[in-house]
Amino acid sequence: MKTDIILSGVGGQGILSIAAVIGMAAIDSDLYVKQAEVHGMSQRGGAVQSHLRISDQPVYSDLIPAGSCDMILSVEPMESLRYVPFLARDGWLVTNSKPFINIDNYPDEKYLFDEIRKIGNNVLIDADHIASEAGSKKVSNIVVLGAASSFLGLRYEALEASIKAIFARKGEDIIRLNLNALKAGQEAAAAQRLV
Amino acid sequence: MKKIVLLGDEAIAQGAIDSGISGVYAYPGTPSTEITEYIQASKTAQERKIHSDWSANEKTAMEAALGMSYAGKRALVCMKHVGLNVAADAFINSAITGVNGGLVVLAADDPSMHSSQNEQDSRFYGKFSLLTVLEPADQQECYDLTRMAFELSEKYRLPVLLRVTTRLAHSRSGVYCQDAQPENSMKLPDDSTQFILLPVFARKRYKSLLEMQPVMEEDAEKMGQNRLIEGGDRSLGIVACGIAYNYYMEIAQQFGLDYPMLKIAHYPVPRKMVRSLADSTETLLILEEGYPVLEEMLAGLLETKYLISGRLSGAVPRDGELNPGIVAAALGLEIRKGMPVPEVVTARPPALCQGCGHIDMYRALNDAIEPYGPGRVFSDIGCYTLGALPPYNAINSCVDMGASVTMAKGASDAGLRPAVAVIGDSTFTHSGMTGLLDAVVEQTPVTIIISDNSTTGMTGGQKSHATSRLYNICKGLGVEEEHLIEIDPLRKHHDENTRIIAAELKYDGVSVIISKRECIQTALRRKKSAAK
Ligand SMILES: Cc1ncc(C[n+]2csc(CCOP(=O)(O)OP(=O)(O)O)c2C)c(N)n1
Ligand code: SF4
Repeated sequence: MKTDIILSGVGGQGILSIAAVIGMAAIDSDLYVKQAEVHGMSQRGGAVQSHLRISDQPVYSDLIPAGSCDMILSVEPMESLRYVPFLARDGWLVTNSKPFINIDNYPDEKYLFDEIRKIGNNVLIDADHIASEAGSKKVSNIVVLGAASSFLGLRYEALEASIKAIFARKGEDIIRLNLNALKAGQEAAAAQRLV
Repeated sequence: MKKIVLLGDEAIAQGAIDSGISGVYAYPGTPSTEITEYIQASKTAQERKIHSDWSANEKTAMEAALGMSYAGKRALVCMKHVGLNVAADAFINSAITGVNGGLVVLAADDPSMHSSQNEQDSRFYGKFSLLTVLEPADQQECYDLTRMAFELSEKYRLPVLLRVTTRLAHSRSGVYCQDAQPENSMKLPDDSTQFILLPVFARKRYKSLLEMQPVMEEDAEKMGQNRLIEGGDRSLGIVACGIAYNYYMEIAQQFGLDYPMLKIAHYPVPRKMVRSLADSTETLLILEEGYPVLEEMLAGLLETKYLISGRLSGAVPRDGELNPGIVAAALGLEIRKGMPVPEVVTARPPALCQGCGHIDMYRALNDAIEPYGPGRVFSDIGCYTLGALPPYNAINSCVDMGASVTMAKGASDAGLRPAVAVIGDSTFTHSGMTGLLDAVVEQTPVTIIISDNSTTGMTGGQKSHATSRLYNICKGLGVEEEHLIEIDPLRKHHDENTRIIAAELKYDGVSVIISKRECIQTALRRKKSAAK
C-alpha cells in the first residue's frame, strides 16, 4: 500500500497534530513514513501545508510528486484547493467547510464549495460545528482526520491508539474529547457519502 | 533497537547527544532551530548537563564551541546558512587552528528561500575552508553522519561541516539510533601553540591542513558514504548529492530507470569515483540541491571531453529547490499533471498577529514620519519585517541582521534626514549594538527604534539576550539619557507615542526609542507552561 497525503490549513490550525497522529499510527502498523513540513515565515497566519507519505515500501522523496497525491486533508476550504495540482485524478479531497478569514479579499464561500464539489471524491463537512457538538471547537482538526479515516489505508483502531498515546500527557478528558471528535468526523463523512 | 520518528534536525541533535557532546552552541535560524531546541528538551541532555543555552549570534556560538573543543570536549554548532557568514571569520580560522575535542559545524541551507534572504550553498564554505563536508540524504543519514562527523573531526583534528537543506531539516521519518558514547574528559591541547594563529604558527598549521587534503579525499572514496551504484543503461550517469538522491530514486522507481549512479554524501569530491562513472557513461547529469557546486567543479572553465549537464547547462533550473517533477524533467520525462489551482483561490501571505506590539509601533512611526515623505526607514530581520507589506508599508530595507542601524547611519552620513532604523530586540543584541556604537561615536543623526517584544519571535519565541538589558546596553554604549526613551506600544498611547517619535526625528544626534511589549505568542506560551 501507499498513501500520499497533503495536509493543509492556516498556521495554528493544528495540521501538525493530524500529521503526528497519522504518522504514529503508520509507524505502529510497521509502515514507512515521511512527513515534510515548513516552519518559519509561513506560520504567521499564512498558508501551511505538510506532505505526508506512508507506504509498505521505503519512501524516497520527502515531497509528493505533482498529480499523484491520494488525498488532500484540509482544515480550511480555500486552503484545500491551493494544492489540487498535486491531487491524482482519483484522489480524495476531504475538508472542513468553515473558512478561516484573515485576509480582506477572501472569496465567497459558495464559489469555493463549487470548486470543491468539482472534485469527484470530495468530503465537505463543517468540522468546527461537529467539533463543538463533540465537546470543543478546538478539536475540529481531529474531526477532519476522522472524516478522512476510511481512505487512509490505516486501521481505525490504529488511529485511536495513536491519539491515546499522543495525548496521554494531557489526561483522560482530552483523550476522550479527541476520540469523540475522530468518531464524529468519521460518521459525518459516512453520512455525506450516502446522500 | 527501536525506530523513533525524528525530523532531520532532531536526528542530528540525537546523533550529537549520542556522540557524547558536552555542548551545543547556536543562534536560532530556520531551518536549523529545532536541533538546539531538541537538545534543550532532551532528558539525557539535561541529566548530562549538556550546554544548550542560546548564543548572542553565530560568531559567538562558533567561538564558544571552539573553546569547548580546545578544552578537549566535543561540541556542536548550529546555524542557518546565512549564519555561517556571520561566523565565517571564526569558522575559516578554526580550520587553521584545528580542534582538540571533536567539533561539528551544522549549516542548514534554505533553497527556494522559504524563510531567508538568499539561497547560498554552504558547501562552498567547505571548499573555502578546506574542510570535510558531510551531506545526508535522509533522516537516518542525518543521525549516522553526525556520529561519523565527530569521529572524523577527532581523526583529522579539524572541524567537520555538516550540511542539510530545508526539506530534510523539516521532514520526519523513522530513525534507528546506536549506543551512546560517553563525553570526553577535559584535556588541554598537546601543542600549546596550536591555537595561536601568529603568522609563524599559522603558516605551519596551514601546511598541515593542506597535507591533510589527500587523506580527506581518500576517506571520501573509501568510507562508504559515497557509493557507485550499478546500472544497465550507460547512456547517462547520475551524480546525486544529498537529498537529490531521494528525488532521483522516486522518479527512477516510477519510470523503471536503470542508469548507473554516484550517490554523494561526503566531500571533498571523490574524484576517482566520478571519473569511473564518467568514463563508463556517455553523459553525466549532476543533481544537487543548491548551487551548481559540483557541476562547476567538474565542467570547469574549459571544455572537457566529458558531457556534463545540470543547473549550469540548463537541464535543471538554475535557482530554487529540487523536487521530483524537476528531476523528471531533467531526465526528459514528464510526470502526471494535476488540475490547475482554481482562480477563486487567493494568496494568504504571512501577517503580524492581531494584537502584536510591532503593529502599534508602526502606526505611530508612520504618523510621525508622514510629513517627511516615504523612503527613510531602514529595517531588519524578524516578525517586524512584515511591516514591509500592506497595510503598513512602513519600511524600506531588510538585508542582514543588524543592517538597519548601520544603513541608517550611512544614509544619514549621505544627508538623508531623518534616517530611521527599526530593529528587533534579539536582532539588536545579535548585531545591532556595534552599529549603534559607530553612530554614538560620531553623533550621527539617526533615530533607532528597538521594537522589543522580549523574545526571538520570528523563529518561534526563543529567549532573547536583550530582555531587560536593552536600556542599560544603550546607555552603556553612550546614548544620552534624554534621547533614550521607552514607550508602551498600545493603541491608547498612540498620540503620545507619535509625538515622542516625531520629536526624536528632529533631534540632530543619536536617539534610541525602545518600544516595549511582550510578543503575544510568547506570552501565551509562558502562561500555558506556568499553568502546568
Ligand atoms: C545571520 C542570521 N541569523 C539568524 C537569522 C534568522 N532570524 C531571522 S529573524 C530572527 C529573530 C528576530 O528576533 P527579533 O529581532 O527579536 O524580532 P521578532 O521576530 O521577535 O520580532 C532570526 C533568528 C537570520 N536571518 N540571519
Ligand atoms: S509572533 Fe509575536 S512578534 Fe511575531 S507577529 Fe506574532 S505577536 Fe508579533
